[in-house]
Amino acid sequence: MKISREEVLHVAELARLKFSNEEIDLFSRQLNDILVYIEKLNELDTEAVPATTHAHELKNRFRDDASSPSLSPEKALENAPEKEGSQFVVPRII
Amino acid sequence: MADKSGLVDLTIWQLSTLLRKKEVSSKEVTEAYLERIEAVDPKVKAYITVTADQALRAAEEADKRIASGDHRPLTGVPIGLKDVLCTEGIPTTCASKILEHFVPPYDATVVARLKDEGAVFLGKLNMDEFAMGSSTENSAFFPTRNPWSLDRIPGGSSGGSGAAVAARIACAALGSDTGGSIRQPASHCGVVGMKPTYGRVSRYGLVAFASSLDQIGPMTRDVRDCAILLNSIAGFDPKDSTSYPGEVPDFTSALGKELNGMRIGVPKEYFGHGIEEGVESAIKRAISLLEENGAQIKEVSLPHTEYAVAAYYIIAPAEASSNLMRYDGVKYGLRATGYKNLLDMYKETRSQGFGPEVKRRIMLGTYSLSSGYYDAYYKKASQVRTIIRDDFLKAFSECDCLITPVAPTPPFKIGEKVDDPLQMYLSDIFTIPVNLAGLPGISIPCALTEDGLPVGVQFIAPPFREDTLIHVGSTYEGLRGPVAPWPEL
Repeated sequence: MKISREEVLHVAELARLKFSNEEIDLFSRQLNDILVYIEKLNELDTEAVPATTHAHELKNRFRDDASSPSLSPEKALENAPEKEGSQFVVPRII
Repeated sequence: MADKSGLVDLTIWQLSTLLRKKEVSSKEVTEAYLERIEAVDPKVKAYITVTADQALRAAEEADKRIASGDHRPLTGVPIGLKDVLCTEGIPTTCASKILEHFVPPYDATVVARLKDEGAVFLGKLNMDEFAMGSSTENSAFFPTRNPWSLDRIPGGSSGGSGAAVAARIACAALGSDTGGSIRQPASHCGVVGMKPTYGRVSRYGLVAFASSLDQIGPMTRDVRDCAILLNSIAGFDPKDSTSYPGEVPDFTSALGKELNGMRIGVPKEYFGHGIEEGVESAIKRAISLLEENGAQIKEVSLPHTEYAVAAYYIIAPAEASSNLMRYDGVKYGLRATGYKNLLDMYKETRSQGFGPEVKRRIMLGTYSLSSGYYDAYYKKASQVRTIIRDDFLKAFSECDCLITPVAPTPPFKIGEKVDDPLQMYLSDIFTIPVNLAGLPGISIPCALTEDGLPVGVQFIAPPFREDTLIHVGSTYEGLRGPVAPWPEL
């Protein structure tokens, strides 16, 4: 197996996801199949090949640090599951 | 106009002419579409949200505008939007429970541009959740059905968009394409679908899946409509840092030209094993037709094609896992109930809000980016991406564009592949390389199989040569003639 059950549980923790035991078994199997398929890439020697992270050679584009219209606090908070004044409310953490 | 029922059969350019001459009003056309949606959409299930009231108001505005002499190609034309595009004041769900009640406070740039032209939005179209899928079966709400055969998938992830155009419940639609999500449903639904060059169309307000691959594009009844819609949405946008600052040509000026010795490459790796006989023979007929009418057909090689799916299934899930971390139940979208603390709130929200395919890809992406695996997976895949792009650029030194199949099979039955994610991924073999290389590609209806199912042909051009696709596509379309009448429903 490319990926163990324990590794799947660890990755789930990193991804902030919870699974039932059955789901962990199913995902372990499916992820394993996919990772075995992906092994294929090792047939290619890429030692001297630069990585492509974007399809075009665009350079970083900067703008002047000037203010321009953006969402108002009211609009930005419209979809908040819980809010108070101009703030998002989250469960107590300390 | 006496007979309103025929209005939904018209293309954008036909409708636009009638609207400009005031032979029909946008209100009449919009009403005709809304009536047809009511009659037909319960069978097809293309729409997640129908915005009837807003559409009628926009139609009245468009009619006023036309009356005042201000007419543009899309003024008053009823269009559907894939539900991945943010629409101010109208729910944008991404076909996910996590965004079921999300109402964006702003418009995507493409939406703003269409509004500015006076287009009428009929509603938001179904898709695979977060655009992850090839069949629209991954929608959290319901699957969409193929108008040509209701027990089959319309393709995906822009399946609602493809089905709506074919079912004539939208005059045209916008989709998005990360690994084939415009071209494959276009092929399966018998419509035209284009993925423009990466950077050609602003991604601002497109809910992110894999940011280095995503691109918005038109899905239409014919190639002329595709050029018209592309004209409206293309161009530089300061709100998207990857948007291309170069000139945008008038794509309609590439329509209807002679082939005149155009060099069309046939990549040999795209034919042969894994492709269904009915699909291959349809593409070969298209190649012969082009050759008989002045194109120079050349065999070319894209030797690393077989590695594209593997590279894609590292890169796309890695980017997705990072992009989707924003769904944490804090700022917008679902917040689960019954959590014990902050960490538990994140986990419960994400576990209840995301469907199985989205979770699978988040897991895959998180794994490949996790400590100790980055070089073996993400870096390796990014290097293979360079090799795949170089294959294309080399091929384009010998030809002006490429011709290939879009999907290896016609649309399959609903439920047929849901249990085998890897098989589903492999069905995108002919479209994925185009996204990895950032190229423009178009799917154009080519034939019906013996079972009456649509098959599309794909043309691929060098970066920013969408004009070549419109040129070869419209000429091919003319030579091909009508494929079949639209499905009755």
